[in-house]
Parts: sequence; structure tokens; C-alpha cells
Amino acid sequence: MKRAALKITTQGDRELVMTREFDAPRKLVYDAHTKPELVKRWLLGPEGWSMPVCEMDVRVGGKYRWVWRNSTDGSEMGMGGTYREVQAPERLVATERFDQAWYPGEALNTLVLVEKTGRTTLTQTMRYESKEARDAVIKSGMEKGVTASYDRLEDLLASSAPSSVARS
Amino acid sequence: MQPRHRLDAIFAALADPTRRAIIARLAAGQASVNELAQPFDMSQPAISKHLKVLERAGLISRGREAQRRPRRLEAKRLAEADKWLERYRRLWEGNYRRLDALLDELKTQEKERKPQ
Repeated sequence: MKRAALKITTQGDRELVMTREFDAPRKLVYDAHTKPELVKRWLLGPEGWSMPVCEMDVRVGGKYRWVWRNSTDGSEMGMGGTYREVQAPERLVATERFDQAWYPGEALNTLVLVEKTGRTTLTQTMRYESKEARDAVIKSGMEKGVTASYDRLEDLLASSAPSSVARS
Repeated sequence: MQPRHRLDAIFAALADPTRRAIIARLAAGQASVNELAQPFDMSQPAISKHLKVLERAGLISRGREAQRRPRRLEAKRLAEADKWLERYRRLWEGNYRRLDALLDELKTQEKERKPQ
């Protein structure tokens, strides 16, 4: 069976949304996101990384801690956070903070699972703290809820150009 | 600006359809504020606001010509956002392909546990 495509979208100005369909009931998809022995089998990132630390206390206020290790140079990357909402098997909300801060502050991750005839649609929303982005929005009076969906920025730009602009 | 912060500003700037259209127009060559305002049913101050957001994100810059001050696209910044998005996509596609395989395995286990 052909695997479903991953859709990445921006929502508003601080959110990034990923959508993907899985050929499994949501109970299993939820398990794969909440049981450490299952999480460490797929949440690995690029080739050559393993997940030696995967601790998860999945309950409201509980913490999680993930560390990845690169098998080539031994470098490590860690992150963790706190669970804010836990509603098996449909919703999981947790904060996220990386040890090496590659973005400022914390992000809030919301996982939503919707099942339909044995298949599950996963929506993962990452909301970033960003005063700068937020200020830019307030100042420009940008309308809320503008959603751009795209695979690549090129597609995004091509599809959003009004015909009078595309012509020039 | 830190890299992640910078990307936030870029993506925030690109979240608006008018600003994406401005970027698309500038991809065809530099243009003055008047020229940019033309295809839109918008006042020049409204367009200027959008240009400010794009400028702050580093996606466009101003030329030196005294009166006209044409805006031009900073393609490098756009490529930076594109590269980040592409890396991000590849990372999660890899993760989710592994998750597909794991789910297949779990489904099989469930069937074996509960024979019909």
C-alpha cells in the first residue's frame, strides 16, 4: 500500500502543523507515542542516531526526557518537557525544550489522533514562543488563521501569486 | 537574531497571501513601492506595512536609487527557510516511515493475541 504523504503547514505566525495518515487504529498510534519502549524504535531522526534515553511519565504534570546519540561521532542531543494534557487515545499536549537552545524558550506540542475506519490521522501542532514574530503580527494587523500549506516554499509562492503578478 | 528566531520571522512573514504575492513579484525583478501596490487593491501605506514585515524578516531589501528605492528579493534568506523546511520534512518522513513499520508489527501482535 502506498504510504500517506506528510503535510507540513504554517498556521498563524507561531505554529507549525504536521499531518500524516497511518494505516492503524489510533490506540496503537497513541501507544507508539506514549510507551518508551515503542517511542525509541521510531523517533530517531536522521540515519545514524539512536535514542539511549527515553523516559516518559505520561500523566498531567509528568515529565519526559529524550536523548539521542550519533553513532559516528558520539555527539548527543537532548530535550524534555512536561505533559500538560493526557487524554488517551486521542490527545497529548506537552511542552518541549532542547538542551542546546536552537530556538528561544519552550514550544508547546499538541498531538491529536482521529480514527476513521481503522485508519488514523495524526495532527501534530508545534507552537513556538516568539515575541518577535508575534509583534510583527500585531504591528502589521495580519488577519488571524491564515493557513499556508505547502511541500516546498517554491510551490507556496507559485500558487499564491495573483495572475497579474505571475505574468510580470 | 538566532537561527530559529530568524526562521520564525520568515515563516510569519510568509503566512500572509499578500506578502507571498509580493515575494513572487520580486522574484521576477526589483520593483518600487508604487509598482508593487499596483496589482493589489490596496493603499500604498498598507503595502508599505507588508514590506516592513518582509524587510524585518530579511526577505527583501531596499535599493540605493534616491527617489525610487526599489525593493528586491533576498533569495538567500528564502533559500534558508526552504532548506530548513526540507530538512525538517526529511527528518519526520524518516520517523513516520519507521512508525508505519512499527504499527504494522503491533497490528500483527494484536491479531495474534486476540484470535477471532
